[in-house]
Amino acid sequence: MTATLAPVLTRNWGTDRSWTLEEYKAQGGYEALSKAFAMKPEEVISEVKDSGLRGRGGAGFPTGMKWSFVPQDNPKPKYLVVNGDESEPGTCKDIPLLMASPHTLIEGVIISAYAINAHTAFIYVRGEVVHPIRRMQRAIEEAYEAGLLGKNILGSGFDLDVIVHAGAGAYICGEETALLNSLEGLRGQPRLRPPFPAVAGLYQSPTVVNNVESIASVPSIIKYGKDWFAGMGTEKSQGFTIYSLSGHVRRPGQYEAPFGITMRQLLTMAGGIRTGHELKFFTPGGSSTPILTADHLDTVMDFESLAGLGTMLGTKAMQVFDDTTSVIRTTLRWVEFYKHESCGKCTPCREGTWWLVQLLTKLEAGQGEEGDVDKLLNVADTITGKSFCPLVEGAVACVTSAVKYFREEFEIGYTTPAWEHLPYEKSALFTIADKEVRS
Amino acid sequence: MSGHDDYTHTGSVDMTDNSTRIDQEAIDQLTALVGKYPQKRSALLPMLHYVQAIDGRVSPRGIEVCAEILDITPAQVAGVATFYTMYKRRPAGKHHIGVCTTALCAVMGGDALLETVERKLGITTEQTTEDGMFSLEKVECNAACDFAPVMMVNWEFMDNMTPEKAEQLLDDLAEGREVHSTRGPQITSWADSEKVLAGINDGKADEGPSAGTPSLEGVRLAAEKGWTGTPDAESQKGGDS
Amino acid sequence: MTETVPMAEMVTVTIDGTMVQVPKGTLAIRAAEAAGIAIPRFCDHPLLDPAGACRQCMIEIVDFGNGRGFPRPQPACTTETAEGMVLNTQETSNAAAKAQADILELLLINHPLDCPVCDKGGECPLQNQAMAQGRCETRFEGTKRHFPKPIPLSELLLLDRERCVMCTRCTRFADQISGDPMISLVERGAKQQVGIYPEEPYDSYFSGNAVQICPVGALTSSDYRFSARPFDLVSTVSTCENCAAGCEIRVDARRGEVKRRNAGENPEVNEEWTCDRGRFGFVSNRGEDRITKPMIRKGKKWEPISWPEALSIAVKALRKANDRVGVLTSGRLTLETAYTYSKFARTVLKTNSIDFRARPSSSEEADFLATQVAGRKDSITYADLEKAKKVILVAFEPEDESPMVFLRLRKAVRKKGLQVETLAPFMSRGSQKLGATLTLTAPSELPKAIEASEADADTIILVGEVLAQIPGGLTAVVDKVEASSAKMVWIPRRAGEIGAIEAGCLPGLLPGGHPVSDTTAVKDLEALWGTELPTTQGLDASELLKKAAQGDLKVLITAGIEAGDFRDSQEVIDALENTFVISFESRMSDVTKYAKVVFPVALLEETEGTFLNWEYRAGIVRQAINQQRTPLTEIRILAALAEALGSNLGFRTPMGAADSLAEIPIWGGAKPTPDKVKATEVPTLDKGQLVVSTWRELLDDSRCLDGADSLRATSRPIAAKVSVGTAKDAGLEDATTVRIASEKGSLILPLVLDPTMVDGVIWVPTRAKGHALSSIGVGLGSTVAVDSPDSKEGEK
Repeated sequence: MTATLAPVLTRNWGTDRSWTLEEYKAQGGYEALSKAFAMKPEEVISEVKDSGLRGRGGAGFPTGMKWSFVPQDNPKPKYLVVNGDESEPGTCKDIPLLMASPHTLIEGVIISAYAINAHTAFIYVRGEVVHPIRRMQRAIEEAYEAGLLGKNILGSGFDLDVIVHAGAGAYICGEETALLNSLEGLRGQPRLRPPFPAVAGLYQSPTVVNNVESIASVPSIIKYGKDWFAGMGTEKSQGFTIYSLSGHVRRPGQYEAPFGITMRQLLTMAGGIRTGHELKFFTPGGSSTPILTADHLDTVMDFESLAGLGTMLGTKAMQVFDDTTSVIRTTLRWVEFYKHESCGKCTPCREGTWWLVQLLTKLEAGQGEEGDVDKLLNVADTITGKSFCPLVEGAVACVTSAVKYFREEFEIGYTTPAWEHLPYEKSALFTIADKEVRS
Repeated sequence: MSGHDDYTHTGSVDMTDNSTRIDQEAIDQLTALVGKYPQKRSALLPMLHYVQAIDGRVSPRGIEVCAEILDITPAQVAGVATFYTMYKRRPAGKHHIGVCTTALCAVMGGDALLETVERKLGITTEQTTEDGMFSLEKVECNAACDFAPVMMVNWEFMDNMTPEKAEQLLDDLAEGREVHSTRGPQITSWADSEKVLAGINDGKADEGPSAGTPSLEGVRLAAEKGWTGTPDAESQKGGDS
Repeated sequence: MTETVPMAEMVTVTIDGTMVQVPKGTLAIRAAEAAGIAIPRFCDHPLLDPAGACRQCMIEIVDFGNGRGFPRPQPACTTETAEGMVLNTQETSNAAAKAQADILELLLINHPLDCPVCDKGGECPLQNQAMAQGRCETRFEGTKRHFPKPIPLSELLLLDRERCVMCTRCTRFADQISGDPMISLVERGAKQQVGIYPEEPYDSYFSGNAVQICPVGALTSSDYRFSARPFDLVSTVSTCENCAAGCEIRVDARRGEVKRRNAGENPEVNEEWTCDRGRFGFVSNRGEDRITKPMIRKGKKWEPISWPEALSIAVKALRKANDRVGVLTSGRLTLETAYTYSKFARTVLKTNSIDFRARPSSSEEADFLATQVAGRKDSITYADLEKAKKVILVAFEPEDESPMVFLRLRKAVRKKGLQVETLAPFMSRGSQKLGATLTLTAPSELPKAIEASEADADTIILVGEVLAQIPGGLTAVVDKVEASSAKMVWIPRRAGEIGAIEAGCLPGLLPGGHPVSDTTAVKDLEALWGTELPTTQGLDASELLKKAAQGDLKVLITAGIEAGDFRDSQEVIDALENTFVISFESRMSDVTKYAKVVFPVALLEETEGTFLNWEYRAGIVRQAINQQRTPLTEIRILAALAEALGSNLGFRTPMGAADSLAEIPIWGGAKPTPDKVKATEVPTLDKGQLVVSTWRELLDDSRCLDGADSLRATSRPIAAKVSVGTAKDAGLEDATTVRIASEKGSLILPLVLDPTMVDGVIWVPTRAKGHALSSIGVGLGSTVAVDSPDSKEGEK
């Protein structure tokens, strides 16, 4: 079967001044909004529910169902919060969307807010990306000027205010309850659930938190219909999505395709592994998803198939590494990332990442001892399944999946530094004259 | 997701430096930020960004002013200021340089870039050059993996870096030459960026391209192959490729 | 705790095979406790909102009540029970036991091995857990996290960050229970720690609770640190003497000295908390001024004398005085001791001139206490405060005057939506933390404000002791209660005041609420006591002082009073100088200075007795240490004195006094109807004049706090407060200090402008160190002249 791409969200990214309202409208933008306003809010929810749209932020929860959990009889205001804290290593799809087509998101926000009866929406964007935030700020100004935000939008009687909110450096704020704390001006540590945000989220009010890509997908569903959307993809993973390929491929980038495409097909589209090298391992959906190897190239990249392999679709972020790459080095860096980003709230994550980093550092330096690989797995087992939120499971997944496929390489860490076994400069995308490259 | 640090020094805020440039105008601006939110404490993150823009760091005075405006304790403000890595305890440079060394960028050459920058600037991470021109940090994944290895200047993208490009970049910045982000505006200063993060639009949204080449790889290939995503795409296809 | 839950809301859960019924939604960790199963925990605390942070309490959920279980163990502290749930703890589930052992291992990798030098060693949950469930040898061979050794969070508290397990009990306590989030988590991840903002230490009235609930040795108090090992301490459950809240406390002593005090567990009173004054303020009797032998004053010199000599001198003076004697007790005595003084005055001295109110008071108040407070059987309780819809604070600052009332009100505000209204001159820190509505009220306007307040049957009016100083104030409260059917309770500051009222330490009041003015009441007591009682009207405290100053009082017996506690300390000294003072004291004081004979009395921790708290609940005081030196209890001394005077009290021990008091029933007859006191006109103020508002702060110059220097260092900064407008009118806009003058003198205090303050009023702490209002004879409602000491006018 030949796979094809299906640019929907990415379609206008390359057009001149794509971020402006004028250009967005020229491409048919905000047509979905008028269509939505002609529907009842519950009809919008049904449309999205029936389209089969699932959350694009990693967990894959059905978006329409999430909306239907909002108790409309609750007298408190309802809030829509867009999660643009894109920080999962490998993930790089939301930031270009915010930069190239902020109005796609705004249109999605208005329709989604209308559906759940929210009159205030927040777009929480990680702080380390100023230009996308700037473009969002400007797009919102334009939308207000054009009567697309504010009071009585397009004469519909619906009011909505949208606020762009910049984070300040914390991966954990991608977790929805930590994000809500952060948005309330608190330390970004996850909250106890229940109550779930749909019932008591922002300011203890009913709140929907959705990923940027999920909300941005809504206008197309309304415009072209649930059947169009559901007609794409596989049985349980319907529609299209943005796959992000990075690393040792010839043409890293964003590839928007219906679910059902395989890793091999995506890799081919990206030009394959760089010349003279072979695939060693890749993440299917960001660093928190257990890695796969060349043996898994024909896996269909959808929620169910990857779960079947003991991994996850996650954020559909495929970080691709070739045969020059040290798996110990890569694993250590990922685990260091989780240690750095651990919020500190719960014991397994705070202490577990501390321990894993030390064990891996020894192995990278070739100072491991006989039995250290088993110990690594043992410690991973000590940590797993007990934490407050899933952050540390990402660290555990890196370690256990890497040892699963590359145990021998880890055992080389008993005698040989990783940088001697697989010289690091060979992995770089540029030529390094002076050979001493390591952390 | 920036700011690696060691674990030996004490937490909280640097009280040895009490200098501040927060004046009534700054306080008015901070107070104005509160008005955007349904509940005032929500303004704390933007306020701290603004404090940095004025004082070059989260200063003691900045903490106290935020606490006063929001009617919370300075300890609560410090708790937030020390949780997020973008908030600096000591003055950042005019230009704040970030080098991504999370797994993928590190492997693709980020580690070598960091060495180059450290050698060039004569400082290590979490330090600022004596002339106050540059500060440096190792950043965690900055959501630009398809542009690896990535550097950031004042949180603007510097994509597909090499050691040579990095040296040129630092020279240009040091000499005050015009430098543009590969996907953003002309570089001015870290403080200017912090103001944008505080929610104050600087009018530069129209600078820079709509997207970088990798972001458009899929669209380009689809156009080349005649693949479309939306029913009405055919008629519009012409302009896209 | 005592509330019953309808059966419909009960669920049955099975824990380790044991079926237990609990209210629906009970956390699994509590349900297990109900089944007698202890699940190890660090972050969980029954009075704090669940955190789920430490993950130590992992259990297996075999069936969630819907036929399905959980694949992995879950924390018991955040799992709410539902009907039909089946749970297995570490006792019966290998998965739960392994999960708990895993967490423990992770908690210990960065925990220092300093148990031998740690204060918590021996009573440490982490240590106990490690002994019970831990590995014999560590698998962790890496580098531990290191922090520089203890850092101060305040003068009282030290934090050893290496020992901290991040349970956040302390920060949650500070934020949720007392509303003082001056400690917060700072940094993140492995570097996360508890911290303060360096310019604002954790000076909370309740900070000691954070130490007590710390499950490791991370928080220690500077007072107790390194002073004892838990296993060397002998614990006694007792009742705190520092205020009328009635906190149960645990007194830990070693070798005849109290080393520390902790909050006891009394769900109906203090739950598991106590205030820092009660916890740390117990060393005032350890100074050089402690009296251990009877003393007699010769000129300006004191000489120790023998007990028989002292008694005979006292007897001689009393015989000579005939009935021109008076007794001033204080609000610090136990019920039994107060009763002994009361019986001594009536049956031995044959006088009704006895008053416990060693503080500003009035005859309106005496009537109020006799008719509205004495012999109360159905007092308002802490539980009632939690159930009320609205509470009105009238001249009452619970955080300063009754800290446990404050905590319970705050709990009710947080959990039950209680509304608090305060009739006060400004928004105090305590009122702010109660989310109170402020009805701005100048002192003289209190009667009017009481009348105007909105109250109904679901309202409770809490009245503070300072209201006695506003004529018509207490009358207005009584009228309001009648008119609105609101409930009312008077909450005194001192631990012994309710007991003193019950014991009859007021001129018009005999024990058990028997009015002196009622002949039947007097007859009843005469029958019980077997002696004739005086019928002449007694003198109250201010009348006694006036009489003494005029030289018309021959002997004044004082028990633990201080001149500075009265409204005008000079009036007290004038009185003491002009009469024969017999003083019962444990320390030399400004009163003993003028006494002729001083009887040394035993310390509270050396004796036993009862305090009646503001709810009329009896709190037992138990002897915590053996009497080390010669002083006797006041009861014993009074019994001896009675005998020497040819009389007999009928008992000589606290137990005997209690038995005697128990024979007296509560007066059920008619109570006198006191005259209604009219409010005085609101004073018109000349330029430069302001009305004083004041109350006593919890941590002030009280002699009970002597020696507790670290505690005192956490008291609030001394300052007078005025409104911005008043400051302008009084020329104090730019002043940093203010001079407050009366006919008797002046005080200079730091000045703070308070934006919430009512105009025309200056608030001054009643007894700040070196700035006692009584030193210039000023109290609530006094008019004073104010100016800036820096200004030229000030120099005139």
